[in-house]
Amino acid sequence: MSAVDLRTTIGCGVELPNPLMTASGCAANGPELHRFFDITELGAFVTKSVKLDPQSGRGTPRMAETPSGMLNSIGLQGPGIDAFVRHDLPWLHEVGARVIVSIAGASAGEFAEVAQALVAAPAFAAVAAIEVNISCPNVANRGLVYACDPASSAEVLHLVSAVVPDRIPLLAKLTPDVTDIVAIAEAALSAGAHGLTMINTLLGMHIDIDRMRPLLFGATGGLSGPAIRPVAVRAIWQTHAAMLAGRLPVAPIIGVGGVRTGADALELTLAGASAIQVGTATFNDPTAPRRVLCELEELLQVRGIAAYAGLVGAAHPS
Amino acid sequence: MTPSPPNPVAQVRARVAATSAAGDYRRLVLDAPAIAAEAQPGQFVALAVGGPASALLLRRSFSLHRADPGSGQIEIVVADAGPGTRWIMGLQAGAQVEIAGPLGRPFPLPASRGACILIGGGYGSAPMFWLADRLRAKGFAVHLILGAASAGRLFGSDLAAAEEVTITTDDGSQGMRGRVTDPLPDLIDRLNAVDVYACGPMPMLRAVHEVAAGRGATAHVAVEEAMACGVGVCMTCVLPVVGRDGMTRMTRSCIDGPTFDGGAIRWDAIADGRVAVPADAIGVAGVRR
Repeated sequence: MSAVDLRTTIGCGVELPNPLMTASGCAANGPELHRFFDITELGAFVTKSVKLDPQSGRGTPRMAETPSGMLNSIGLQGPGIDAFVRHDLPWLHEVGARVIVSIAGASAGEFAEVAQALVAAPAFAAVAAIEVNISCPNVANRGLVYACDPASSAEVLHLVSAVVPDRIPLLAKLTPDVTDIVAIAEAALSAGAHGLTMINTLLGMHIDIDRMRPLLFGATGGLSGPAIRPVAVRAIWQTHAAMLAGRLPVAPIIGVGGVRTGADALELTLAGASAIQVGTATFNDPTAPRRVLCELEELLQVRGIAAYAGLVGAAHPS
Repeated sequence: MTPSPPNPVAQVRARVAATSAAGDYRRLVLDAPAIAAEAQPGQFVALAVGGPASALLLRRSFSLHRADPGSGQIEIVVADAGPGTRWIMGLQAGAQVEIAGPLGRPFPLPASRGACILIGGGYGSAPMFWLADRLRAKGFAVHLILGAASAGRLFGSDLAAAEEVTITTDDGSQGMRGRVTDPLPDLIDRLNAVDVYACGPMPMLRAVHEVAAGRGATAHVAVEEAMACGVGVCMTCVLPVVGRDGMTRMTRSCIDGPTFDGGAIRWDAIADGRVAVPADAIGVAGVRR
């Protein structure tokens, strides 16, 4: 069988050799998974969201298994941007990974400061894109989930885009926990985002019936895994449909949410995703991002499809 | 901190070579040459449960009971802790299971030439017999203390010669009635023990550390924190651990543990199955380093 052209683009003319990525917060920052497979085989490696200062994260328990999924309540534990650009990014650069750096902040200004420090990093050449995590559910104040509000989303993207070179795509990561995800997408894209990553986890909760109290230390957590895949497909579908209808600027969608197999990746692609992230499935199978890539390629070969790019949004009526 | 320097690790589809009941537990022997070749006492493996379409996504981690590079086999001991572990306990000889390992840091060698006391709570004793063999082969005198709530919850009381093991049960159904820490002070004194090794529930590890430290000995403890992945990417198995610089960090027990010096763990933050973030930990608002 002939080789499939898996190339895809993620905004600003940035082309990746294939659409598969890790998902932020499900792959640490590289060395751990590199023991299991060569992370440079992925289209891109997406790092754990980094804030300005080191973050301890929350107490434990930090996770609960749920039907075909899990709740997590990590609280963005991380080294802070200075340590990230000193240690983590150079390692990724050295192995030759194409990196998408996920950034977070407790204020719009903090997002911009983190982006500024990243842009100034000696290893910035490894960065293919910046994912702006405006939708982490594990924050003390729900008011800090920027992606629940169009104006807050726009403010973050506006400040970040002002300090990042035009050639670097900014991907706004959105939550499905909103009434109208298209309105949030519109706000982000108008304020400087070049693409959208969807979806982040859904806010959930589990109660320990023996102790009669919330199981997670942080009480609530983000629901992820195959259980939420239909929500991801719906969110991508609605957003891509709005682009086709001219209600939203055309922009790449990075699909994420419950992808475990090549078939799942194909499903998100048909809904409108130009690239695919594998998250929770990595906890089950550390090689999942690469395995999904191989399975996707095989699915396309079997179907006689020559190029991945032609499948993006193909399930929408023409 | 620099990216962790992870040890070599294999992900294999292993065949179940044999299984047997062991008290309330199930012992599994698995053909996994790539894991057996590298494994050391104190390390663990992470098993996927239920096959590729399983609705139970999270890995289950088990301390290695034994690993034999010669036969290419590893052994684990499994307790019923829910549907995932029940699936593993139900595996029959010939079945296939996906395993990653060896994971984590092994137990360190003793700090001095004294005797070693090895303590296992419940099936936490699983790695201790292998560790005892290794230590004896290096010339260390070894004494074991095995403890559990009741006789059925003991593991391995038949695996050690009587003069080398003290057994305790909470209900007195086997050995002496009481906790593993009851005979520990006298044993440390009598054997001039400097190194104590322990694996089991957190309250037991804390008690062992406190007794050992009070007598000038070091407790090397292997923790059993809940892990979603076992390989360092999920960040769920963290504990507050004091580093060489004296600062407390929320530390992954899968990468930087599961073995820790008992004196490095912030026991003050751990209670009732929950771990709080100490106010002076790096990354709490205002604490950098």
